[in-house]
Amino acid sequence: MPIPVTMPALSPTMEEGTLAKWSVKEGDKVGPGDVIAEIETDKATMEVEAVDEGTVGQLLVDEGTEGVPVNKVIAVLLEEGEDKSALDNFDPEAASPAPKKADGKKSEQKEEKEAKPEEKPAAKPAAKKEEAAPGKPDGKRIFASPLAKRIAEDKSIDLAALSGSGPRGRIVKKDVEEAKPGTKAAASAGGPSLAPSLDPRAFFEDGTYDEVPMDKMRKTIAKRLTQSKQEIPHYYLTVDCEIDELLRVRKELNERAPEGVKLSVNDFLIRAAALALKKVPEVNASFAGDSLLMHKHANVGIAVAIEGGLITPIIGKADEKGLAAISTEAKDLAARARERKLKPQEYEGGGFSISNLGMYGIKNFTAVINPPQSAILAVGAGEKRAVVKGDELVAATMMTCTMSCDHRVIDGALGARFLEAFKGFVEFPATMLM
Amino acid sequence: MAEQSFDVVIIGSGPGGYIAAVRASQLGLKTAIVERDKLGGICLNWGCIPTKALLRSAEVYMLMEKAEEFGLSAEKIGFDGKKIVERSRKVADKLSNGIQFLMKKNKVSVIDGTAKLAGKGLVEVEKDGKTEKIKAKNIILATGARARELKGMEADGELIWTYKHAMTPKEMPKSLLVIGSGAIGMEFASFYRSFGADVTVVEVLDRILPVEDEEISKQAERAFKKRGIKIITGGQVQKLDKGKNNVTAHVKTKKGTEEITVDRVISAVGITGNVENLGLEDMGIKIEKGHVMVDKWCETAAQGIYAIGDLVGAPWLAHKASHEGVLAAERIAGVKDAHPLDVTKVPGCTYSHPQVASVGLTEAKAKEAGYKVKVGRAPFQANGKAIALGETDGFIKTVFDEKTGELLGAHMIGPEVTELIQGYVVARQLETTEADLMAAIFPHPTLSEHMHESVLDAFGRPLNF
Repeated sequence: MPIPVTMPALSPTMEEGTLAKWSVKEGDKVGPGDVIAEIETDKATMEVEAVDEGTVGQLLVDEGTEGVPVNKVIAVLLEEGEDKSALDNFDPEAASPAPKKADGKKSEQKEEKEAKPEEKPAAKPAAKKEEAAPGKPDGKRIFASPLAKRIAEDKSIDLAALSGSGPRGRIVKKDVEEAKPGTKAAASAGGPSLAPSLDPRAFFEDGTYDEVPMDKMRKTIAKRLTQSKQEIPHYYLTVDCEIDELLRVRKELNERAPEGVKLSVNDFLIRAAALALKKVPEVNASFAGDSLLMHKHANVGIAVAIEGGLITPIIGKADEKGLAAISTEAKDLAARARERKLKPQEYEGGGFSISNLGMYGIKNFTAVINPPQSAILAVGAGEKRAVVKGDELVAATMMTCTMSCDHRVIDGALGARFLEAFKGFVEFPATMLM
Repeated sequence: MAEQSFDVVIIGSGPGGYIAAVRASQLGLKTAIVERDKLGGICLNWGCIPTKALLRSAEVYMLMEKAEEFGLSAEKIGFDGKKIVERSRKVADKLSNGIQFLMKKNKVSVIDGTAKLAGKGLVEVEKDGKTEKIKAKNIILATGARARELKGMEADGELIWTYKHAMTPKEMPKSLLVIGSGAIGMEFASFYRSFGADVTVVEVLDRILPVEDEEISKQAERAFKKRGIKIITGGQVQKLDKGKNNVTAHVKTKKGTEEITVDRVISAVGITGNVENLGLEDMGIKIEKGHVMVDKWCETAAQGIYAIGDLVGAPWLAHKASHEGVLAAERIAGVKDAHPLDVTKVPGCTYSHPQVASVGLTEAKAKEAGYKVKVGRAPFQANGKAIALGETDGFIKTVFDEKTGELLGAHMIGPEVTELIQGYVVARQLETTEADLMAAIFPHPTLSEHMHESVLDAFGRPLNF
């Protein structure tokens, strides 16, 4: 029997992905572990490996196809001794909705897609798809456990508004219990619409621009940050830190550091933020509707610019780690982030983030909070400035930091106390040893 | 010598460790497993499997004794204790070889020796005085547990036994005292009683099989007493006086102190994790009451070091260890659908005669948790297949949440219930309500039909009794 190869789920939130590239062609022999394709998700590009041994019989999804749902059959492998005729009576589970192509054309190709390969006999009548019970607005079947359905009915929750945490996105008891009573499906599923209310195409003549489709990461950034600014009442606190002592300590430590370790200013800031979170733990929280999640560990995210976007990998329990450990981990995370090779648990969650644009000479800026976090610290460049100490005008290396706070969680005085603690660690780095 | 380097190194090859190894390897991780003794751990070599082989001998023997009831004649029925043990050992050996094969098939490197943690990302393996360091990006501790021993009543292997000694008796004792009435205690009580031993079970709590539903405990006590097993609940063994070839136990009961003299004593008072000599403390890993502390993903306080199975605590069951092994491996590989273990979905089985099996909340626990419950009971006396088998003792009890129809728990005692419980485990995993269970078609004639009847009974509509 031919073996179907399905679209893998590469992260807990992945529902669909882009088939970026096929690494094999029809007729190629593959074995377990051989890379057969590259899949692009909102956060990462990952390689798909063959699990079984066989010959690639048919590739069912074209390169560059966007929005391929998880578990859709993307290819068929032939087992030893089989040739293409084995596909004649084989139906590789034609159940998933047809994907949209990346080239911008609308989904009229749906039919074409399903009818395409001539080796594939007119599979099963399409009617089979539509028979299922509860439906989303778009008529898709909702997978939910019987218990979840009953609780949803009782609490007047529209299942179409929920996303399931069970296998293949099945809605289970936990999802319904966590939903607010009366939850209704949004008109457009999946949060705020991405399209701006004014279509910019109306303002420019055709041919005066190139239209570049956004990849998954770009779309996620657009969606998440729009949501953040619309939902979170941001406010900003700014503080100047003198970092001459920090630079001196850094130099001294780097001179004596073991091979391979070179501490950056940012490594110090991560540790300072982690310790400040421990000192003022009320800041280390997430807004959860009618409660606050007070985090027990200081997990600090660091914004890493990568080609085509950015990602915020997390240094877990940074308060329990020394500078060398933080430095090594941050380097490793940043490197893998650039290759889009991070695991979901390495960038999801976290209680606080640092975004540092100092290396670009930015003096100060404000950052957008990355939910479910409640604060983010925007760090500017360290530069020599004239400052007044006592009654003297002296030169000192100063660095301006601006914290964006979620006012639902952090009030002004609380945010200020956090920055005071942070500044204390930064200006007197020896206190980070305590 | 060049250091070997792995994505995952698993310490211990019991049902937690070897399953974790297979899963890790399936997920493309370069995997090694370190074992100081035989592959398969306690479960396979000294636990689940060999005891099941022993109990099968007991079952066949009991049936032979009842031959006449089935219209058969059997004379000079007897047994050879040595051969019973031999068979049990053969079964264990066969399976241990099976694990060797599994490791090879899944390209897991098997390292023979005693492992301990040797700093971040390093495991040190000692074999015959030689040590070797192995690099490990992740480590899964699966070193299991051993019998807990009471002070002053430590097993000597001659007169006082743990499960391990009880599994390989040199001769069948004429009389036996079992301390502790959990699954292990009751299985040995059942086994030795089948071969004619005079068995007394002492339980410190007020009922036997104390983790089970109260009604199950009551029915089990009745059934064991019917088989001639003496049961003392609310009793405490205070002292064991060893004689030449017997032991006198001083048991404090509700009525006073009783002296019981027996050939052998089996101590089955729980287990304690193998946490020693692993270098756990140096890595900042927390240990409480003999067990390693982990988060819901089985990760210890030390990043990248996981612990699973008996080592991390109750329920001390092989399938729970295996499940955690899969969980830890998937967590390491960043698999999307990994979910933390929910203990109310872990079934428990006792393979005594009669058998006992359960999953989820007992009736008392459900009420404690604030549920308004609906309870169904279906006695095997009203089950055709049970009558045909000649095994009509026992019943199936189901506990539902009245409001949502969720199956909160199921509790069974009687023939083959350890095989039946899985139906309810699947039901709980899929979150079925009573409606689906009622609508499901059960084959006739089977013992499983009574699982259906129990559900129907909970909602006042049994069809067959």
